[in-house]
Amino acid sequence: MKSVSIQAEDFSVAAELAALEQAGGGAVASFTGIVRGEGDLVALQLDHYPAMTATQVDRIVEQALSRWPLLEVRVIHRVGRLEPGARIVFVGAAARHRAAALESCAFLIDWLKSAAPFWKKEYFADGSSRWVEARAQDEAEMAKWDRA
Amino acid sequence: MLTVVYFAWVRELIGLDEERVEPPAGAKVADVVASLAARSDGHTQALSDGGRLRAALDQQFVALDTPVGAARELALFPPVTGG
Repeated sequence: MKSVSIQAEDFSVAAELAALEQAGGGAVASFTGIVRGEGDLVALQLDHYPAMTATQVDRIVEQALSRWPLLEVRVIHRVGRLEPGARIVFVGAAARHRAAALESCAFLIDWLKSAAPFWKKEYFADGSSRWVEARAQDEAEMAKWDRA
Repeated sequence: MLTVVYFAWVRELIGLDEERVEPPAGAKVADVVASLAARSDGHTQALSDGGRLRAALDQQFVALDTPVGAARELALFPPVTGG
């Protein structure tokens, strides 16, 4: 079972976890990403490649399903304008045992950061803005799963 | 005919969401990028440093030395920053 959503709207972590708890396993793990309110950041704009995003996130989810014995995976990634404190991304996994649930969540968020077509632009209180630069560390964290 | 779509600062510098090109037979993604880079100052700024560019052909990530082949859509963009 899997659920992938690319959406502008906020989501309920409780509802996502409740759905995962219904999967019949003994373990549910999740990761929620939040817009950090660093400095004088006013908002983030999440841009994406609509024709590609859902299929690419689905490919990442399929990789997780093929690597770990998972009962269910749920991924939500928001797009559009997001203010500090807003949820950006949710990944959740249900499995019979904790290792699969925990490891697959770490895998999913590492891959979403470096292998899905999203771009963040930061807007600041003084009216300036800048595109977030990709961090070499993010690609390294994705690549470590190839060696695992 | 190949539709080229742009995202993030690549789109902003070029000032277009997409445009069309007719790549010569056997062209690689890098060849299309090089010919597009000459179209305007914005194109030059956005496309002249291949190290800062990533690409997708028909919605699949590819390296810049990949042949365009029969693909219909080429996307050019910076390294992704989601999650």
